[in-house]
Amino acid sequence: MQNLGEAFALALSLVASGDPDLLEIVALSLRVSLSATALACLLGLPLGALVATARFRGRGIVLVVMNALMGLPPVVVGLLVYIHLSRSGPLGFLGLLYTPGAMILAQTILIAPIVAALSRQVLEDLHVEYAEQFRSFCLTRRQVIGALLWDARYALLTVGLAGFGRAVAEVGAVIVVGGNIDHLTRVMTTAIALETSKGDLPLALALGIILLVLALGVNAAVQALRMTAARSAYV
Amino acid sequence: MPNRRALATTALALLTAPAFAQEPSIIVQSTTSTANSGLYDYLLPMFEEESGIRVNVVAVGTGQAIQNARNCDGDLLLVHARPAEEQFVSDGMGTERTDLMYNDFVIVGPEDDPAGVSGMEDAQEALSKIAEEGASFASRGDDSGTHKKEMQLWSDTGVDPTEASGEWYRETGSGMGATLNAGIGMGAYAMTDRATWISFENKQDYEVLVEGDEDLYNQYGVIPVSQEACPSVNAEGAQAFADWLLSAEGQEAIAGFEVDGQQLFFPNAPEEAS
Amino acid sequence: MSDAALSSPGAVRAEAPPPLLPLDVRSLTLQLGGTAILDGVDLSLGAGGCTVLMGPNGAGKSLLLKVLHGLMAPSGGTVSWNGAAPRAATPRQALVFQKPVLLRRSVAANLDFVLRARGKDRDRRAGLLDHVGLGHKARQPARLLSGGEQQRLALARALATDPEVLLLDEPTASLDPASVAAIEAIVGTARDAGTRILFVTHDTGQARRIADEVVFLHRGRVAEQGPAARFFPVPASRPARDYLDGRLVV
Repeated sequence: MQNLGEAFALALSLVASGDPDLLEIVALSLRVSLSATALACLLGLPLGALVATARFRGRGIVLVVMNALMGLPPVVVGLLVYIHLSRSGPLGFLGLLYTPGAMILAQTILIAPIVAALSRQVLEDLHVEYAEQFRSFCLTRRQVIGALLWDARYALLTVGLAGFGRAVAEVGAVIVVGGNIDHLTRVMTTAIALETSKGDLPLALALGIILLVLALGVNAAVQALRMTAARSAYV
Repeated sequence: MPNRRALATTALALLTAPAFAQEPSIIVQSTTSTANSGLYDYLLPMFEEESGIRVNVVAVGTGQAIQNARNCDGDLLLVHARPAEEQFVSDGMGTERTDLMYNDFVIVGPEDDPAGVSGMEDAQEALSKIAEEGASFASRGDDSGTHKKEMQLWSDTGVDPTEASGEWYRETGSGMGATLNAGIGMGAYAMTDRATWISFENKQDYEVLVEGDEDLYNQYGVIPVSQEACPSVNAEGAQAFADWLLSAEGQEAIAGFEVDGQQLFFPNAPEEAS
Repeated sequence: MSDAALSSPGAVRAEAPPPLLPLDVRSLTLQLGGTAILDGVDLSLGAGGCTVLMGPNGAGKSLLLKVLHGLMAPSGGTVSWNGAAPRAATPRQALVFQKPVLLRRSVAANLDFVLRARGKDRDRRAGLLDHVGLGHKARQPARLLSGGEQQRLALARALATDPEVLLLDEPTASLDPASVAAIEAIVGTARDAGTRILFVTHDTGQARRIADEVVFLHRGRVAEQGPAARFFPVPASRPARDYLDGRLVV
């Protein structure tokens, strides 16, 4: 337990000192995971909306697959991306391996199924409420999907948050495709893994505390937004 | 849809932000033992200052480092598993292997030393004793340079510890630090390179029990990845870094790296290289 | 949700289409879960005026509206809007539901959504809101409006599509008298402007106020259809008589 107290003190002094290395790692963590969340939403939301509003043969199978992919192990995603981005792989010419771009790509693949599956559920519930009215308005599918996405925006924010939480907390994928290179691809989780392997458990734990506080901050901001929206009955 | 537009704008802004300074750079595939000791943090600023070449180190087990280099995902190899390194060169993947430096392995264990190996000078004898007593032993089990070295020592004792895998012999399948953490957690003996051990911060009541056997020497080699095998490599940059490491200046720098007042690596590049 | 209903409401028409009326319904049946909800409805509606659809709970009034509007496919029989199928007629009608489904947006945005989706002039928003007495609430969240205001917004949204036929499914159920009067006035104005009204209500007082014609539905069939001026004083069918007298209709 003495480690925990030490870790808290260390976390505080690290933050207070404004250590530039720490800031760099925090900034890269946020940049990579926020980019991945944005891209995953760009892919996952339309897909979720399409499945939510469409009835087609094999829809049940699609749902099962979508839900199952939510449990993709990060290290497997990392390996798949590594195989493709490796110089000897089909996308090696891009030169993306061991760059933040590769990390963003891996996390996008990791969380896009989460965004798609959760948004499908949210949008399908809303669609049940709106469907008859929309048919009366004679909307095109595009218009229906657009309206659902916009009206579910605050619920979808939570969906995005679930994706972000998974992305910012995972280490398996980014350490394989990023390589944990100092000043280039080192993020909070890979730094924590590194300090753990050095046996510097208090520093590892301190970084973990900072990561937790960051996640808390992002969640609190979204929660505040949702509460504002709820007062307008937009949720 | 305004929300999608906003998301797209954010995504673009984040992706197009400068990833890193556009200077020449190389990727070194290396081992956790060298990286965790802090050697690169000490050496790289000197080289980067002098050459203007940025060195990015990917620290993994020797086995994975060599495999990554075989996939052309590195410009230079700096590892410690001689037979595998020579195989790498003879397969045409590397230009040339050169001895760079050495350190040594030690066997660490808990203070109460249940197998009674403390002070022994013959590593094989110590391992045999551990096996005989059935005392816990934590192995990397990850095909790393350290793991290969450990297996080689076992093979000379005539004991096949993997038959006891899961009993007294515990293969963690992890890096050196993780294996030490696990070993210390279960009171097991472990073999580690001295550099990792000295800079390791979670020693608790563990100490070095066996050291000094010549069989425990740990030779590091450096190999530039061949441009013929991998057209995409930065051969010039890799050669420049290799040359610097092997030069009198680089060798001196390696000798000057200390943790807690102890020298961790002993340069031994051949004279003609420097 | 059927894909066809989501597709575009129809190509630009080169010439003015034939009017939607008369409506001709023959032997219309609708089975839901093995129960016949509509059991041979025969009905004709001419052009102009306000027809009130009455009948006890479970008579099939709401479902009949949905079939006429093209939201539900009948199990049998025919519906012909002057030769057009209900689906084809949907874009030229508007249906106001008993519980309005408002988007999670402001009052103005609710109206803008329909105007834009249906390719109407967005400048009409202010006029429509003033018409239903919501001009001063344009910026407010639609879902925080009172029940009566929500229904007026739903009416404005329906009118924004310039419907030839306005179908209303108990739009004033559970509203206060002032709201009821406001909605009746708006519907009355639309009727006077030539919009054909088909209005479902349980409120006989309301029916007397607004109806030009009454259709009385009982057990999935039309029990009686006639001018309001004759229906209320002298209902011809027994179920209608019982209903107007406040007796339980069996």
